[in-house]
Amino acid sequence: MKKIKYLIVIFLITNLSLSNAQESDLQNKITKNLRCLICQGQSVYESDSEFANSLKLVVQNKLDEGLNEKQIYGYLKTKYGEWILFDPNFGKNTYFLWLLPIFVFIIGGVIIFKLFIIRKNK
Amino acid sequence: MRIKILPLFLVISFLFIFFIFFKGLQNSNIYSPDINNEKDIPFFETKILNTNDKVNSKEIFISDKFYLLNVWASWCIPCKDEHPYLMDLSVQNNIEIIGLNYKDNDKNAKNFLKNMDNPYKVIFLDKDGTIAIEWGAYGVPESFLIYNKRVIKKIIGPLNKNSYSEIINLIK
Repeated sequence: MKKIKYLIVIFLITNLSLSNAQESDLQNKITKNLRCLICQGQSVYESDSEFANSLKLVVQNKLDEGLNEKQIYGYLKTKYGEWILFDPNFGKNTYFLWLLPIFVFIIGGVIIFKLFIIRKNK
Repeated sequence: MRIKILPLFLVISFLFIFFIFFKGLQNSNIYSPDINNEKDIPFFETKILNTNDKVNSKEIFISDKFYLLNVWASWCIPCKDEHPYLMDLSVQNNIEIIGLNYKDNDKNAKNFLKNMDNPYKVIFLDKDGTIAIEWGAYGVPESFLIYNKRVIKKIIGPLNKNSYSEIINLIK
């Protein structure tokens, strides 16, 4: 009986810390995608500035309130604009940014195909 | 013929990409907040300095007046520079100045006001900086001119002669 009790306690402890870990993983993931506005080139996750520390707290609070990742980004975008996100959304200003690498990749593929594969067959 | 098209195409596309990136280089990569758009005031709950009463943002900013929400801290040096302007504004009768004490300790904040005079009608506490984020602030000092529950003007950094006269013109 005692053993079972111990097992239950261990089970609870490990599970609780696991769920905590998952939540802070998500918090880390979100804060890594947020630009620290007062420290250039750093994410909120990396920075230890007053602003970044508060923002980490805000993200944590919003997660506790039950908001998901997208909602938190949306919320912060209304406060600080698109600039706060490192990973810009797919929009009319950024479609070129997103499509250019794919475009270059395809062109490169076509060039390689033409130069090597077609020439070899000749 | 095909062999000639390919290098030409490559050169053009590289020039095109170069141009795009070169233009991108000239964009500022320093955060410049959007200060022109009007925004609704955020909702928040906090405590008041001195009395420690709980307060809700819906209870304030309700009368037909202008409000200036000023984010300040006793450890913030530029806050001392803008202090005379705040004192001047506090005697105007159609504007109320409301303080948001940012990441400060109560004792220092009270001393600051004792030494410098208190322009604020009421001071909210923001111990962890989360309320400043609700407002979209990212440093101290910052001021928000509010009318009809909307932020009509945002001033980043300390108030100066220009922003002071701008506020005076707006509240006339």
